Amino acid sequence: MTQPFVILTVLAYLASMGLYLSFLYSGKELTGRLATVLMFLGLVAHYLALLMRAKGTHTVPYHDLQGSMSLFGWLLAVTYLCLEIYHRQRTVGAFVLPIIMAFLGSAYLIDHYAPPSAAPGQAVQSLPHGVVFALHVTLSILAYAAFALSCVLSLMYLAEERFLKIRRLGEVVWRLPPLELLERMSHTSVLVGLVTITVGTALGYVAIHRLPQQQTYYDPKYLVTVLVLVLYAIYFQLARTAAWRGARASKLCVFNFALVILSFTVVNLYLSQHHRYF
Amino acid sequence: MEIVLVGLNFRTAPVEVRERVSFSTEQALRAAEELRSKGILEETLVLSTCNRSEVYGVNASSSRESAGALSSYLCSFHELQPDLLNPSLYHHYDHDVVRHLFRVSAGLDSMLLGEAEILGQVRDAYLRAHEGHATGPVLNRLFQAALEIGKRVRAETELGTRPMGVASAGMKLAERIFGKLSERSALVLGAGTISEQVVSQLRDRNIKHLYLSNRSREKAEEFARQYNGTVMEWGDWDRSLKSPDVIVSAVGVQDAFLTKPLIEKAMAARGNRGLFLMDLGLPRNVDPAVASLYNVYVYTMEDLTDIVDQNRAARQSEVPKAEALIEEHVGKFISWQASVELIGVLDTLRGSMKERRSAFLKEKLEGFNHFTPQDREHISALMDELIEKLLIVPAERLRAEKELRRKIQSVEAIRALYLSDREKP
Repeated sequence: MTQPFVILTVLAYLASMGLYLSFLYSGKELTGRLATVLMFLGLVAHYLALLMRAKGTHTVPYHDLQGSMSLFGWLLAVTYLCLEIYHRQRTVGAFVLPIIMAFLGSAYLIDHYAPPSAAPGQAVQSLPHGVVFALHVTLSILAYAAFALSCVLSLMYLAEERFLKIRRLGEVVWRLPPLELLERMSHTSVLVGLVTITVGTALGYVAIHRLPQQQTYYDPKYLVTVLVLVLYAIYFQLARTAAWRGARASKLCVFNFALVILSFTVVNLYLSQHHRYF
Repeated sequence: MEIVLVGLNFRTAPVEVRERVSFSTEQALRAAEELRSKGILEETLVLSTCNRSEVYGVNASSSRESAGALSSYLCSFHELQPDLLNPSLYHHYDHDVVRHLFRVSAGLDSMLLGEAEILGQVRDAYLRAHEGHATGPVLNRLFQAALEIGKRVRAETELGTRPMGVASAGMKLAERIFGKLSERSALVLGAGTISEQVVSQLRDRNIKHLYLSNRSREKAEEFARQYNGTVMEWGDWDRSLKSPDVIVSAVGVQDAFLTKPLIEKAMAARGNRGLFLMDLGLPRNVDPAVASLYNVYVYTMEDLTDIVDQNRAARQSEVPKAEALIEEHVGKFISWQASVELIGVLDTLRGSMKERRSAFLKEKLEGFNHFTPQDREHISALMDELIEKLLIVPAERLRAEKELRRKIQSVEAIRALYLSDREKP
């Protein structure tokens, strides 16, 4: 039952990516609108694919790596679409969709070649239950998605700024959003990430308190999450100062996201006891 | 129904001749009225811009005869000797008129390839002529199609998207940094022609604050009055460089006066917010070292000229795409024209056959005295039915004919075979 929705998602995202690229090249408003509509349809199909998979495995999507990756891709798409509507800027879609596709594709490949260890209808490993825990995970992944988006926007800023500075304007520079808009979009994205990671982390502490058994508070993931939060808060402040506004702040944003990736990979897989896939 | 065009443009006539043949709005309407009242044309439209003056017309008689009469009329209207005007005039007929107008409307026949203004000028000329009842079904259809192709070329090709002047290229670059300039401020140094072009571009973009500065305060004030700007004291750099996001300098000086320390100080005062500097002075007004400052973007006349050249090449590469669209619309128009002509030819043929039928019956039924008037009417009706049956098959075949050339050839064949010169529509 999951398969048709996965196929629909991939098709919708692929078509949307093609249209976003075409919009980037041609600037035709109708093409841009169609790209947005297809992305929305992809989001709906992606949601249904996540839902069906969760029903099939009798567990939450973030229970395993493939589910977490797919959920990350979905939340990245949601965040981007909200940002697109808020800032009325479509050109970023061509740069975000390949990342969403990469996450979705990886999740599908992992699912295909290394399916969940539990038999259908049987949960693999018990995870804390309840709305608070679900919100903790969802908000945390949403924060990472928002940070990923700010990283894409910062990389776009750095590339465009460089081209403008060295006066080498290719075909694409004329199509990209203005530098100040990219900066504003990145700020909005980081703000979303900061709010959601703060609330998500707080809910994580609440969820862990509710567990019957004694929990350790010295999970390296906690420290790295707090570090990520602090660094993004610093970015948020510095990006408004005279010395940092512009390219320097964008570089800091990219650096911060490198730490997020570190937290998502090395820390989750090798150091953390409670945060394997999120 | 033949379309004719007589006109001149920047390619065929020098500006002195173009100025003498241009039409004001009133003159255009008067000329259209006179051309129709004198029987030279049945439908008329005058398109007059600074780069072209063209008279479009439709006449039932030969378009070549109309073109001759039109040339003579233009000479008399503008009180010019034919020897002076005729060498500059071009004449187009039928499909060539359609193609020419579509190219004009798409900006392919403009001095500045792909310029947008011409589409508005074609629209205004059409609306005025239409309101003045100078146009008819053919010119209405032709100009509506021209406006459609003009919009389509601009929407589907990149002919109109890239800036083609140094000033507009600079403004587009500023928009790459700041987005819309309506909430920004700009300082223009100098009050020459280039500065005027830049100020005009800034005003077109609704710049929020426009500051002007010049070594001659008097000139700056005159400039400021003209463009609703604020005059800044020349040399008071601490004050004048602090707030603008865009600085344009086009001053004739020997040494660059916007130095690195000066801009560094200004950047510190403005909290390092982005600054776009357009150096349009020759020799340079901005020290090249300024480009290394953080969040400062410097573009010289040379850089902007390079961008304009690249854009010109890019626009040129879009021409085949635009030409293909134009050919598609020319085909559509000719098809419509052929359908209209087909209806006209068939109506004339029907009328002619009925005339012959009446004469034939009158002659042949002379000896049949026992026929009552009802019988004669009945025979006449039967023959009419036969005529309709004979006409309906070729008419339907021609209507269904997809190949335009064959359709037009068939219409011409009917005209040549069945209609006398007097009967041709």
